[in-house]
This record gives sequence, structure tokens and C-alpha cells, in this order.
Amino acid sequence: MNEIFIKQNLAPNVWLMGIYSPLVAKKAKPGQFVILRVTQNGERIPLTIADFDNEKGIVYIIFQVVGKTTSLLSQLNPGDRVIDFVGPLGMPYEHSPEDKDYLFIAGGLGIPAIFSKIKMLHSQGKNIDIIIGGRSKENIFFENELKKYCNNLYISTNDGSYGKKGFVTDILNELLESGKRYDEIFAVGPVPMMKAVVDITKRFSIKTLVSLNPIMVDGTGMCGGCRVKIGNEVKFACVDGPIFNGFEVDFDGLLKRNSYYQDLENISYKEHKCKIGLGE
Amino acid sequence: MDELKRVPIKEQEPVERIHNFDEVCLGYTPDEAAKEAQRCLQCKNAPCVKGCPVEVKIPEFIQLIKEYKFKESYFKILETNLLPAICGRVCPQETQCEQNCVRGIKGEPIAIGKLERFVADWFRQNCKFEFSKPQPNGRKVAIIGSGPAGLSCASSLAKMGYEVTIFEAFHKPGGVLYYGIPEFRLPKEVVEWEIENLKKMGVEFRTNMIFGKTFDLEDLKQEGFDAVFISSGAGLPNFLNIEGELLNGIYSANEFLTRINLMKAYKFPEYDTPIKLGKKVGVIGGGNVAMDAARVARRLGSEVYILYRRTEAEMPARKEEIAHAKEEGIKIVELVSPVRFIGDESGHVRALELVKMKLSDPDNSGRRGVKPVDGSNFVFEADNFIVAIGQSPNPLVKKAIPELELNSNGSIKVDENLMTNIEGIFAGGDIVTGAATVILAMGMGKRAAQSIDRYLNLKKHKNL
Ligand SMILES: Cc1cc2nc3c(=O)[nH]c(=O)nc-3n(C[C@H](O)[C@H](O)[C@H](O)COP(=O)(O)OP(=O)(O)OC[C@H]3O[C@@H](n4cnc5c(N)ncnc54)[C@H](O)[C@@H]3O)c2cc1C
Ligand SMILES: Cc1cc2nc3c(=O)[nH]c(=O)nc-3n(C[C@H](O)[C@H](O)[C@H](O)COP(=O)(O)OP(=O)(O)OC[C@H]3O[C@@H](n4cnc5c(N)ncnc54)[C@H](O)[C@@H]3O)c2cc1C
Ligand code: SF4
Ligand code: SF4
Ligand code: FES
Repeated sequence: MNEIFIKQNLAPNVWLMGIYSPLVAKKAKPGQFVILRVTQNGERIPLTIADFDNEKGIVYIIFQVVGKTTSLLSQLNPGDRVIDFVGPLGMPYEHSPEDKDYLFIAGGLGIPAIFSKIKMLHSQGKNIDIIIGGRSKENIFFENELKKYCNNLYISTNDGSYGKKGFVTDILNELLESGKRYDEIFAVGPVPMMKAVVDITKRFSIKTLVSLNPIMVDGTGMCGGCRVKIGNEVKFACVDGPIFNGFEVDFDGLLKRNSYYQDLENISYKEHKCKIGLGE
Repeated sequence: MDELKRVPIKEQEPVERIHNFDEVCLGYTPDEAAKEAQRCLQCKNAPCVKGCPVEVKIPEFIQLIKEYKFKESYFKILETNLLPAICGRVCPQETQCEQNCVRGIKGEPIAIGKLERFVADWFRQNCKFEFSKPQPNGRKVAIIGSGPAGLSCASSLAKMGYEVTIFEAFHKPGGVLYYGIPEFRLPKEVVEWEIENLKKMGVEFRTNMIFGKTFDLEDLKQEGFDAVFISSGAGLPNFLNIEGELLNGIYSANEFLTRINLMKAYKFPEYDTPIKLGKKVGVIGGGNVAMDAARVARRLGSEVYILYRRTEAEMPARKEEIAHAKEEGIKIVELVSPVRFIGDESGHVRALELVKMKLSDPDNSGRRGVKPVDGSNFVFEADNFIVAIGQSPNPLVKKAIPELELNSNGSIKVDENLMTNIEGIFAGGDIVTGAATVILAMGMGKRAAQSIDRYLNLKKHKNL
């Protein structure tokens, strides 16, 4: 159990791992996530289930190294185990059977959160367009995998080294301005990006879903640390989400909550880097 | 020796203990315990026993302490209480066994809880846990949740020859005993010892298993479980639902205590999970959870205020914990109720607006209500707030079994045998009673084990 089966480098600091967890693979549905721990003293961190193979019992995750836990995880190799791997958590992605035309937008590390949904919708014969974006050409990954499941794949990079120069929202704006319409738009990525997407789609009154990533501890509705304001209600993203109606999300509040531990996490990461000889 | 007074028990000095997470109470020595046991009058009708939810054989176990027969005393307690080292530490004795003690009429009641923990600690330190496995009866029971209700149900069933599996959502078993009650009140070593014993009895623990997510009833049926006991606790934190509650710096007590106890954030950065606490902290609530949160915050170096709607006399927390909290320099602000949180530009909380409350005359039941005093609002500044106003049953289980009947407050409905409306599925502990006590949860776990045994025997009988 919890053995790493495959490991692949997708982009600088971005890794794909397949982890043997037949129980999670059996129950997983697009939109759900896992919580894992790498060491005995380690933190519990949430990661999206990017894909799953029920027959082989493998759950795929894609993660970016941003702090201590993701760094430790990236140092594991096939054959190693993570000590805890629990899930599938959160509510699965739901879509209305009548909807036909979909646009998925993934900025930064949003790709894992759209991949399994796209695969599922594609198998049902839906029309899918995708916009992905990153800082630079080297940050763009999974292009060929995504192409298999969509009609159009649009790419933007902030520095213009690949695809269109600018942001994913620039492409979104162009598509909608030129008259293109979708039944549903699904956006996932950094909070400011999701907020910008919603600002645009609101103007066109297109249903927009987002997948949120607040800081979590248990992932079972026990601590309330992941609470977010949705409309006038407070919801726990780990059990009520992580997918919500983008028009109702209080993005500014979420952004502030997510930055709460930044200074301490930096201490933890720095100390860790010193120990493994990467310190400045 | 003054017969009216308890043999004093050694405690860590407040000035010292606010700098560590070691246990506050250091326990009796054998001689001290025997001396305290001498005070027991061995009452024939033993009113103390009636005050104990599981009817521990109090005069009997105390008599054995007098005779220095600690091992025998331990087994005497074990006849009705499976977790004496834990109950002796956390039971609200002053409203249970000790409230009824005849010694208490004129002087101080016998220190029943302290004697109980002494015996259990003595056994843990001096004896080896031995268990002769009964003949397996070929039946399997699944238990959901590893708090005191689940642990005691498992223990009783294992003794009857059942094959028992406990499924736990977290990566560590123990429930609130592990992630809720802090180390300085209940050392995790004590909880772990009990869990190790259950393992030796053949109970299987499967951690990281969330009922309703990782597995469901159908999976349990397929694995051949004959009955299920649900003891998933009251895990959903209540919030105040007032303005500003999403500001940074406001924790639910559950989050705060989980970060500390389960994830050991007080040892950051040796442990990776962070906790952030400023100079001044306000804790909202007056129960055990509020006391624990306040005392943890104190140990992290903060100046701590407990903000409570009623007065200290009405606080539901154990008297000992309130006294300990005050010794540690925690201040209690009585008769105040939260109105709204006030934050700064960065989204961090800076203050809480409170309104003063006043007690009304006692109603028919003798309980005094409170109501706000108009125009008495004032601002209480602090760097952090911890909301400890109670827990409700976690809705995950209900989501997983939609046909399960609930009470109006979300707790699971059970009959007098602790069976739910679904045959073969039993429930007990906080998920049934709402947030209650360790001893009640434990008692229900044991009762459920007996019901499960009766139910399965009857079923077998019918089938023949
Ligand atoms: C439901 C959910 C799904 C997620 N899926 C993925 C995924 O598929 N791939 C992926 O790479 N990441 C994902 N994340 C984010 C991931 O959990 C964090 O990157 C991870 O916890 C960082 O841990 P760390 O110890 O390495 O870094 P830390 O040292 O904990 O944090 C490093 C930095 O990241 C910030 N941070 C911490 N936790 C989060 C968080 N939950 N969201 C955003 N920022 C955070 C910190 O403030 C800090 O600045 C997801 C988060 C959630 C809640
Ligand atoms: C901080 C704090 C201090 C307290 N102090 C005292 C005290 O001093 N004295 C006293 O008598 N009582 C005290 N209590 C109350 C007491 O701890 C509880 O009444 C008791 O623990 C309830 O036991 P339980 O077995 O019903 O549930 P819990 O102890 O809550 O255990 C439930 C377990 O089930 C698990 N679980 C939940 N959902 C699922 C699921 N879907 N799948 C799998 N597992 C699941 C949880 O992770 C947990 O481990 C305190 C409570 C708290 C929170
Ligand atoms: S179990 Fe609790 S109530 Fe019963 S005798 Fe022991 S301390 Fe008292
Ligand atoms: S009531 Fe008090 S004195 Fe009497 S038997 Fe019980 S503990 Fe002893
Ligand atoms: S992570 Fe604790 S309630 Fe959502």
C-alpha cells in the first residue's frame, strides 16, 4: 500500500506520481482529492486526484514543489512509500447531462484538477476546449495528453515564449468577445486567476465552476480550517467542495486566508533546505 | 492526620508548567494512595457507585489499595471500567462518583479519580498486560471511529471471541483522547498503551479509512462483517455565525487542538505543522474544550482570556480544570457574548466586539438564563481568538447511509439496545448523545458490545 509506482518529471519542480492505493482508486471520482503525509513528523497536505486506474489500483497526482512537504515527496522514488494516503475526499464533480460545450481553464498547477474531468466528459462525447497557461514555455506540461481529449487547446505564457503572450484570461476574453459560447466554464489555478476568470464570465452570464484550495488539516469537516464564504454561507471546502459556483466565491477572503502561514512555512522549508544542502 | 482532608497530590508548579506540555498532576505514590484509601468509610450502600455511569466497584477497589494489592485493585476496576487510567484523569468526578461520597458531607470527598488513575498507572508501570485469547466465535464486527466508545466496544467484543476491526479516519487512533485532550492532562503514552493492548487482544486497527469516502456499508458486507458499531463522535465544530469569523487568526478549538495534539505543532519546526499565536488570545466558551484551548495557548506563551456568556459558577468545564487554568494565570471574563469580529486590512483579526450579559432569575428548572444588556457593547482587542462553543455530529456518516434515522440535532437515533433503525447497525458515544463525556461514551461502547452479541446470537437461533 501507498507505494510509489511511477515518477515522472513534467516541468521544473513539477512531478507526476502514480501511487498504489487500490481503496482510493476504487472509489475515486473526478474532482476529488487525497491527503497524504510523507514523514512521521510531517504535515498533512491535500493533492488533487489527477487520474486513477481502478484495475491497477493506482492514483495519479501531479504536484509542484513549493515547500517542505512537496519537496520531501519529490525526493521519493518508485518503490518508496508515503506513510499516509487517505481519500478520496471532497464532493465529486457533477455536470448537467444537457450541457454540451465546455471550456476548461487551468493556470499554474490547475491541470491535475481538470484532467480527469476532461477525460470523463470526452468519453461522453462532449465538446471540450481548454486554455492552459504558465509563466514560460518550460512551465507548460501535459500538452499532448490534453490534446487527446479536446477540440481546441489554447496556450498562453506570461513571457510569450510559447503560445500566446499574456494570461489565460486574455484568451478567454478573446474567445467570448468573438462570440464563442459555452454551457459551462471550469477554471482552476491561483486564486487571482480564478477571480479574473469569473469577472469575465459574469459579464457573459456563463455558468462558471472553480476548484478551491484553502489550507486544510483533516479534510473530513472536523476542523473548519478550510472554511470559505460562498454566497452568504460559510462552507467547509473539504466536504462541501472543493468545487463551487465561481460567481458566489469570496476570492479576496480566500487569498488572505491562504497566506496566513506563509512566514512559518518558509522557516520550515528553509531549515529543510539547509539540512539537505540546498540552503542559501 | 486530618480525616476531613484529602492526602494532597503533587502537581507541577504553575510557573513551571506553563512552559511545558508535561502532565500537570504527578499522581500519588503507593504510600500516599494507601493513606488516601484509609479515609474511605467502606459504606455499605456505597452512594459513590451510583454516581458513576459505569458503576465502578469503588469501595472494593479502594479496600484493595489499602491492602497494597494494587494489581487486584486494577482488575477490580476493570470489571466495569475498561479505561481507568484515562477516566481517572478526565472524568468530571465532582459531579459523578465524588459528588455522592459520604466523606464529602463534612469534609473533602475521597479522591476516587486520583486513586483510580494511581492503580492504573501502577499497573502500566509494573505489570505486563496479559490476555488469553478466547475461542474465536467466527463472527466479525466492524467499528467506525476509535474514540473511547469504539475502543471499549472493541475490547468487550474481543473478550467474547469476536474478530474486531476498527476503522479510523485519522492516521492515529484514539479519537478525542488523542487529538482533543492535550498531553498535559492526558499523556498520549497512556492512550497508546491502551491501544497496544487492544492490538494484543487481536483487534485490528485500520487508519486512514473514512467511512462514506474510502469505504461504505456495501464494502463491509462484502468483507463479511456481521454487525457494525458506529462511534464516529461529534466532530463538527460549531461556529458563532457572526461577522468576521473568516478572518485569519480565528481558530475553531478543533483546529487549534488538532494542530497541537495530533500534529504536534507546539514542536514546530521539528514537526512540520505550524501554529500561529500572538501575545493576547481570547477563548470563547466555558467547557472542557475551552479550558484545554486556553491552557494550550498559555503554554505557547500567550496572555489568555476566557470569554464566557454566563458566570464561572455555570461553566460546564470540570472544576479542577478551571482551577488549574486560573493558577496558570488565565483570566476569566464573565457575562459577555460575541457580537462581531473586527479585522485589519490584511484580513487578520484584531478585536472582538462583545455585549455584556446579565443573569435572569432562575426558571422552573432552576437554571438561570442570560440576556444582553442594551447598549453595553465594548471592544476586546486580541491577536487571536479560539472558538470553543461545542461540536455537532459530523454529517459524513449520514451522507453515507441516507436511510439512517437521525434526531433533530443530527445525532443518530438508537433504541434501548443502541441499535439504529437499520438492523445490525449499532451506534454509541458522542454521535448518539451529542458532545458528552469519555465515561459515557465508554459505557455505551460496552453496552453496544453486549447488544451486538445478543442480536447475533438471536439471529443465529432464528436461522437454525
Ligand atoms: C483540495 C486541494 C487540492 C490541491 N491539489 C493540488 C495539486 O493537485 N497539485 C499541487 O501541486 N498542489 C495542490 N494543492 C496545493 C497543495 O496542497 C500545497 O501546495 C501543499 O500543501 C504545499 O505543502 P508544502 O509543505 O510543500 O508547502 P508549505 O510549506 O505548506 O507551503 C508553501 C507555500 O504554499 C502555500 N500553501 C500552503 N498550503 C496551500 C494550499 N492548500 N493552497 C495554496 N497554497 C498553499 C503556503 O502559504 C506557502 O506559501 C491542493 C490544495 C487543495 C486544498
Ligand atoms: C478538547 C476536549 C476536551 C474534553 N475533555 C473531556 C474531559 O475532561 N472529560 C470528559 O469526560 N470528556 C471530555 N471531552 C469529551 C469526550 O472526549 C468525548 O465525549 C468522547 O471522546 C466521545 O467519544 P466517542 O468515542 O463517541 O468519539 P470521539 O472520541 O470523538 O472519537 C470518534 C472517532 O471517530 C473518527 N471518525 C469520525 N468520522 C469517521 C468516519 N466517517 N470514518 C472513520 N472514522 C471516523 C474520528 O476521527 C475519531 O477518532 C472532551 C472533548 C474535547 C474535544
Ligand atoms: S469511572 Fe469516572 S465516575 Fe466512575 S468511578 Fe471512575 S472516575 Fe468516578
Ligand atoms: S461513598 Fe465515599 S467513603 Fe463511602 S464507600 Fe464510597 S468512596 Fe468510600
Ligand atoms: S480541512 Fe478540516 S474541516 Fe476541512
